[in-house]
Amino acid sequence: MAQIEIKNVAKRFGSYQALHDINLTIQDQEFMVLLGASGCGKTTLLRIIAGLETATTGEVWIGGRRVDHLAPRDRGIAMVFQNYAVFPHLTVFENIGFGLRMQKLPNDEVKGRVERTAELMHIEQLLKRYSGELSGGQRQRVAVARALAMEPDVILMDEPLSNLDALLRMEMRAELKGVLAASTTTAIYVTHDQVEAMSMADRISVMHQGEIVQAASPIEVYRNPAAEFVAGFIGNPPMNFLPAAPAGDGKWSVAGQVMDGPSSGKPLKFAIRPEDMRPADTGLTATAKVVEPLGAHLLITCEVQGSMFRAVLDSDMSVKPGDQLTLAPQPDRMRWFDPDTTLAVA
Amino acid sequence: MTAVTTDVAGADTRRAGRWVYVSAVGLLCAWVLVPLYFLLINTLSSPETVNSFPKPFIPEFDLGSLTFFANFAGMLTALKNSILVAGLTMIMSIVIGAPAGYALSRFDFRGKELFRLLILLTRAFPLPLLALPLAVMFIQTGLDDTVFGLALVHTTLAIPFAVLITFALFSGIPLELEEAAWTLGCTRLTAFSKVVLPLILPGITASAIFAFVISWNEVFAAAVLTIENRTLTAFLLQNLDTSPLHLKFAGGFILVMPALIFIFAVRKYLFAMWGIASR
Repeated sequence: MAQIEIKNVAKRFGSYQALHDINLTIQDQEFMVLLGASGCGKTTLLRIIAGLETATTGEVWIGGRRVDHLAPRDRGIAMVFQNYAVFPHLTVFENIGFGLRMQKLPNDEVKGRVERTAELMHIEQLLKRYSGELSGGQRQRVAVARALAMEPDVILMDEPLSNLDALLRMEMRAELKGVLAASTTTAIYVTHDQVEAMSMADRISVMHQGEIVQAASPIEVYRNPAAEFVAGFIGNPPMNFLPAAPAGDGKWSVAGQVMDGPSSGKPLKFAIRPEDMRPADTGLTATAKVVEPLGAHLLITCEVQGSMFRAVLDSDMSVKPGDQLTLAPQPDRMRWFDPDTTLAVA
Repeated sequence: MTAVTTDVAGADTRRAGRWVYVSAVGLLCAWVLVPLYFLLINTLSSPETVNSFPKPFIPEFDLGSLTFFANFAGMLTALKNSILVAGLTMIMSIVIGAPAGYALSRFDFRGKELFRLLILLTRAFPLPLLALPLAVMFIQTGLDDTVFGLALVHTTLAIPFAVLITFALFSGIPLELEEAAWTLGCTRLTAFSKVVLPLILPGITASAIFAFVISWNEVFAAAVLTIENRTLTAFLLQNLDTSPLHLKFAGGFILVMPALIFIFAVRKYLFAMWGIASR
């Protein structure tokens, strides 16, 4: 059992507040991704959980034990670093077995566990090599194997795939997900890559300026962003926003179109994902500016009443720049945000 | 036609440039190597040849001069003293210098930049300026004319280099490696001994050898602060006007060779100290 609880954790570097009062519970065996742009505090939070950084205030609990005063080695964690941190003076075998040797396990047990994890990560033929003789992808595998061999309660990963090329990253993503799903380890994974986050996570915590804006399943984060930041950050291209003026109870005027929405006393922002638009007889009037055929889809950047607006349409449509389009948003996919609090309004 | 002429001219310029380059390199090498070669010839010649004229250009491989050197009264003691002082200097400057280098590269503390500057400033005061007060202090504390006392002075001279070299070495080792070791069950100390130490050991050795050479070559403090327990440099200096030519050559050779060999062996790390990429 290794549930992780982060209670009121804040971190201050001099006058810079890196984390504001973070509260987060990560379930046993959950795969949690901390997602955010660089500088949002995600790595700091991970390092606080690992014990490589001390929180200014707050508590960290792992498996029902308060650990924030403990050294990293007493927390039951293992970590995979962005630059792999494979020890250059040791062979792959000794790297993977390093933690086990520190636990003073008998030789044959170390050997067994190293070989098993190496096999799991498909590096069993590299055991005699040194880090200098490995490619980036292979080093990454060694770093993951070294963490897994510890059989930790919690595995912490700090952008482990960001130094790999795109193809390798996709391959490792699937592999890592498979390996971790088969283990009983709780995983926290830091990334700025939303595709990685969406494809791997059980739950995503979207972080922004030292705060967790939303912690939910990937689909929930995608479909029902809790705040404007999440809506604009997740999705490629991200959500479209248009100002909405009240037009009677539950009615909103968006770019001259009246739509059904929540009841609210003040103006809201209307939001819709680019792929949730259909060409129709009535809807938003848009002028196409740029048309990008992407194979399966057409990405059309257009203008709706002076605002930029993107739509993803089926690629058998023929649209040219300058064309007038009438786009109808799918009613169940429309979202509304309060421009003052930037939070979602139901 | 014109093109051909320019080509020839271009080739001529290149050839001339190359000639200047080669002769400059040759001149510089000769500047260093010719005196060393004469030293070698005269050391490996019999005392009679050394004192005669003209001198041969090929060594005789006669060990007469070296034997004379070894049998000269007090010479072997001086050699032993030199080795002892240099050895002690080496140990002390690493034991004190390496932790300072580690602290400089890993911790942020107030006055860090000032500290780095001050380390270098210790070399700003000429030794003759310090030698007299030091001699007085050493006599008062009983450290005068001892191997340990001299090693202390040499350590002071060697520490700036030890700190700067180890600082460069530690800075070259990513903190992530240490952090990885901590998460894998190491304390700060075991992470240091199992990960950092093996990685910097060659560099530490280089830094130690450099400290050894500094002490080995140092003559002023050695001459002022010792009387009975002279090091080789001080002993040779003392006997400079009375000793025969072949003794001077042999002594010079014995002094120069270890320094040369050691410095050559650790040149990569000395470049690293000054921030030149090591190759």
